[in-house]
Amino acid sequence: MLNLAKEKNPMPEQDPMVRNKNFKEVSTGYTEDMAVNEAMRCLQCRKKPCTTGCPVRVRIPEFIAKIAEGEFEEAYQIISTTSSLPAICGRVCPQENQCEGRCSQGTKGEPVAIGRLERFAADWHREHGTDESVERAEGNGHKVAVVGSGPAGLACAGDLIAKGYDVTVFESLHKEGGVLAYGIPEFRLPKAIVSAEVSALQEKGVEFVNNAVIGMSMTVDELFEDGYEAVFVGTGAGLPQFMNIPGENLLGVYSANEYLTRINLMKAYKPEYDTPIQIAKRVAVIGGGNVAMDAARCAKRMGAEEVYIVYRRSMDEIPARKEEIHHAIEEGIIFRLLTNPVAIKGTEEAYVCGLECVEMELGEPDASGRRRPVEKKGSNFILDVDAVIMAIGTRLNKLILETTEDLEPNKKGGIGADEKTGATSHKGIFAGGDAVTGAATVILAMGAGKNAADSIDQYLEAN
Amino acid sequence: MYKIVGKRRLNSTITWLEIEAPLVARKARPGQFIILRTDEYGERIPLTMAGHNAEKGTIDIIYQAVGKTTLLLDQFEVGDALADVVGPLGKPTEMEGLKRVAVVGGGTGNALAYPIAKGMHDAGIEVDMIAGFQTKDVVILEEEFRAGTTNLYITTDDGSYGEKGFTTDKLKALIEAGNPYDEVVAVGPPVMMKFVCQLTKKYGIKTVVSLTAYMVDGTGMCGGCRVVIGGENKFACVDGPEFDGQLVDWDELIQRNSFYKEQEKEDITHVCRLTGGVRYYA
Repeated sequence: MLNLAKEKNPMPEQDPMVRNKNFKEVSTGYTEDMAVNEAMRCLQCRKKPCTTGCPVRVRIPEFIAKIAEGEFEEAYQIISTTSSLPAICGRVCPQENQCEGRCSQGTKGEPVAIGRLERFAADWHREHGTDESVERAEGNGHKVAVVGSGPAGLACAGDLIAKGYDVTVFESLHKEGGVLAYGIPEFRLPKAIVSAEVSALQEKGVEFVNNAVIGMSMTVDELFEDGYEAVFVGTGAGLPQFMNIPGENLLGVYSANEYLTRINLMKAYKPEYDTPIQIAKRVAVIGGGNVAMDAARCAKRMGAEEVYIVYRRSMDEIPARKEEIHHAIEEGIIFRLLTNPVAIKGTEEAYVCGLECVEMELGEPDASGRRRPVEKKGSNFILDVDAVIMAIGTRLNKLILETTEDLEPNKKGGIGADEKTGATSHKGIFAGGDAVTGAATVILAMGAGKNAADSIDQYLEAN
Repeated sequence: MYKIVGKRRLNSTITWLEIEAPLVARKARPGQFIILRTDEYGERIPLTMAGHNAEKGTIDIIYQAVGKTTLLLDQFEVGDALADVVGPLGKPTEMEGLKRVAVVGGGTGNALAYPIAKGMHDAGIEVDMIAGFQTKDVVILEEEFRAGTTNLYITTDDGSYGEKGFTTDKLKALIEAGNPYDEVVAVGPPVMMKFVCQLTKKYGIKTVVSLTAYMVDGTGMCGGCRVVIGGENKFACVDGPEFDGQLVDWDELIQRNSFYKEQEKEDITHVCRLTGGVRYYA
């Protein structure tokens, strides 16, 4: 039976004025009834445009049909054939630009809530799935190393272990998950879900070595000496960018990376943890991406009375997901659009006490196709803040490039790798995710990890 | 887990720990550092290595118990294990082309200057070490320094041991006596390093310092450890920890290192009060 509603089943959420004071998940997830009802909105169309919009080609109409039938475990099993991290993707993928963006239902009303259904299936499996012993693929005796345990590395490791490889993942921090652990906040992606995905891989036989900085603790070449026959590098885009404006080294200026790591990985919001963090009253977050939204919403939850998003273009150009912007506004984050910081002001003791900004207006489109922001002369004003968080993007970390012979960079300064196969200039080294492309999305990184797993399989079979 | 295999109190507040960390030990070089976490609730703190033994798979750290984490660290005994040790991090000390060097240490900084001095001495460089302390009671590692350097000069602020005065006084005397130093290395409190650099600048001697800054990951990701070198922002974790001291913006470094001082003061009182620093886990 088809559900003819033009709109998605709304996602149950914590009240904005309650949730902006806690770190519990914002969206509480569909109930079984809601999921079945939503699944019945899927037209099961023959062309399956949704699937072509998914970087890992999840068999979307098939899993949705199972949910409609109330076969939730089967739905999960269908997703698992292509995606190793559905509970994560269902939460953090930009579905509006991918699967849902191409959904036939979207032409006349809202698309089917594919992301919410994926999350539902994954959560249902985690809560109800039977404890049948995990099937391990028969080992083929070949060792592969994966550098970085973020989405690219986890996806690559998951596919390789399924193909029978002996897989070891090296992580530089003390906890697995990369950006899923240090970057994305608990209220958007509970860390228990990341841990569950890591444990699932461990049960299948993947080994994790934490506190191992490849390039320092050992080089990629030494991994080959240790018997690894292929190496996948999924180290992400690490180094935070600053604006090079006066006052950026004042006390209370953070990179979003540092601020989010202290809060998410190091749990600065829990009193039993020692992690120091500034408790600010008024915070300005510079930037308009998802990372900026995460930082702003964390600052609010850390007790800030006023939190600003300072972005130099307008709401039409802001890069964060609509849902995140909507959540941020609901939670009381103040958007200062068409505003650009020019200096940070400090007290005599060097603590931040203000952000000097100028107003902007939009001119002609630039190379990115977005209208270029132009400064309004003489429009300077000071935003009264005591902390500033820079969320204006990251540069690529050169550690692996600098310590690996014959590994060539690409034009952006990342690791030079074929986008389809992940192959690099160095025999046996494959790379993918943000380390190659610069900051992108979790799902694109996963796609790159999966593609590299295929290439590594072909490469090792041919050798 | 990273087991503690040796512990030695060097004076009333400074302790030496030997820790099993084979991955770090096999690559460690003088001048590099580690980041450790005592337990699940601990913060990640950077500490320069005082030594390493690749065959045993161990590293040495020497720390002064002044903050919450170092006070907690002081509660660990041989056989206990730390939650995390990662490294080696940072660039190793550059020694190429050096023939004669003066290494200046101050307080706990002496322990961190020692592996650099010894590393240089082992590499055939003539090393004069000036080890400065406040008073006789806190002098540490004298035998090790003597064995690992060409000449050792100990100074105390109050004159209770060695020569009375600051390290800069002794350094000045040695330079003026005509010792041809290719380089000076200074490790200690920022104020001491600053004054050493002011002195050596007058004589045109290149001076290398090892900087400590707040950091989280130690791989360049957080940007918390930014220091201004020659007017440019550098990350102490990946660009350092050693820099040309004459280019360091000392006032800003000292200021940045004071960021969490209020929280730290409060944290320390929390460590000692009820449990004497031992954490009880529910």
